[in-house]
Amino acid sequence: MKYEVAIGLEIHLELQTKSKLFCGCSTTFGREPNVNCCPICLGLPGTLPVFNRRAIELAVTAAIALNSAVSDQSRFDRKNYHYPDLPKAYQISQYEQPLARGGFLEIESEQSFKKIKLERVHLEEEAGKLIHSGSSILGSEYSLVDYNRAGIPLLEIVTAPDIRSGREARLFLEDLRLLLLYTGASDCKMEEGSLRCDANISLRPSGLSSLGTKTEVKNMNSFRAVETALNFEAKRQEAILKAGGSIAQETCHWDEAKKETIPLRGKEGSSDYRYFPEPDLLPLTLDRALIQNISEQLPELPLQRRTRLKQQYGLEAGEAGLFTENRALGDFFESAAEEYSNYRSLAKWVRGDLLYQIRESGKPVEEIQPKQLIELLTLLDQETINRPVAKELLSEMVKSGKGPKELVKEQGLERVSGREKLMPLVERVVAENPAVVEKYLQGKDKAISFLVGRVMALTGGRADPGEINKLLKEKISQ
Amino acid sequence: MAVDFGKEVDHVARLARLTLEPEEKERMTGQLSDILDTARRIQELDTGGVEPTSHVLDLPVVLREDETRPSLPLNRVLQNAPRRQKNFFRVPSIISNVQAEK
Repeated sequence: MKYEVAIGLEIHLELQTKSKLFCGCSTTFGREPNVNCCPICLGLPGTLPVFNRRAIELAVTAAIALNSAVSDQSRFDRKNYHYPDLPKAYQISQYEQPLARGGFLEIESEQSFKKIKLERVHLEEEAGKLIHSGSSILGSEYSLVDYNRAGIPLLEIVTAPDIRSGREARLFLEDLRLLLLYTGASDCKMEEGSLRCDANISLRPSGLSSLGTKTEVKNMNSFRAVETALNFEAKRQEAILKAGGSIAQETCHWDEAKKETIPLRGKEGSSDYRYFPEPDLLPLTLDRALIQNISEQLPELPLQRRTRLKQQYGLEAGEAGLFTENRALGDFFESAAEEYSNYRSLAKWVRGDLLYQIRESGKPVEEIQPKQLIELLTLLDQETINRPVAKELLSEMVKSGKGPKELVKEQGLERVSGREKLMPLVERVVAENPAVVEKYLQGKDKAISFLVGRVMALTGGRADPGEINKLLKEKISQ
Repeated sequence: MAVDFGKEVDHVARLARLTLEPEEKERMTGQLSDILDTARRIQELDTGGVEPTSHVLDLPVVLREDETRPSLPLNRVLQNAPRRQKNFFRVPSIISNVQAEK
């Protein structure tokens, strides 16, 4: 029997605010443990939470960018569970009336577009961070808790079970990350934990619309791990089903070292969280004007940008993709394109040599002036310099920050061209290499490339080989 | 329909990570039964057409600006910790506990 994989993702993103969701503690990452804590985020009795306006604005921005319908009235609930990362033994979250419902993200999978539907987008508070004494939570003797993270605004995005493979899950996450980077809602750093992803995965016989029993996969710490873990889990489930067994609804832990999913415990049903309305927070009422305003101020989003770059400059799909993913490089290209209209040539230089030099030198693209690249390309167009020299100059330009014209003067790199300058050099080479000239005259055509090379060396590589070739043949045939 | 309150009490106690003595369990089973009886009486009211109410205050929610304020000094943060290790709270193992209780 053929099975179809159904994957739904649950993504958590820390919103980029200066202070926490309900208190004024800093959200700065990487500080000493437990220094960003106060009575509110430690859940001490007698404290009251107060909403951070910016967190709500960012959450609404992200929801709108995800085509999710923002409710003008949403509510906060207590999600009760005992776990040491939760100082209050409940998390302030949203259950029945989330910030936004529905929505979708369009991803490009195997050269076609696919809409992954969303169930909901809601706002909640981040939990603390646990450091286990052993190598993982399993079998650790004790754990250490750092509450610096507790209370940072967290956005939860839940997708429909529309994802069909580990690869598709990864593509979705890559596009989601880019989108949220564009909106400025989150820095989406998986290595710092500001973007995390859990997955629900189940198999069903192909063609069936109802879902099979799912497992939840946790502890996937990179996009690659998401892809590998979900592919592994799909195979594990398939083997069980094919052997006539049934899937137990449980949580699995991805073991990155062993590359396998390990079942943890029977999953508690959602009613066990005993959600109830948060008595300390009034319902969140969002002004229609605010939603409208945020929606109008939304920056250009990745998919729009990719399409526009192709249309406006005739870029290839790969180039438009690169200039969207590497936003700064794309901005550089666009800024240069304002004053240099050979977009094809410009795009090739930016994605090729310029990007290479940026990576080599480690210099951020923001520090390179688009004007200098235009100057370089103009020198090349006017044939003042040749291509190898242009490449050399670009490298110098990126390293030193000096303009190409200045470098050309400094190093005497103007192209050597014209009969006046080249003929004396040609004559010299012919005089110095009678044996090679003889070979050429005997019909060994290849002998001439040696002579071209000699002349080229005398010019310091600054001449056009075609021109040298022509002059050599003329000289020899005299 | 008879509800097994004893089982219910066990379940809630487990979620709250509480160990109940037999007499405590007996007392709480009775109390839980009384509480649910009261809820059942309230449920007899006809609330058709009434919006579910989560708050009785009809006030706009208060928002604060995204500004940082000083946090607590570390010794105050950790002063109630039953166990600490360096600047961390130290807690017993997590997973094995949960499984042992089952």
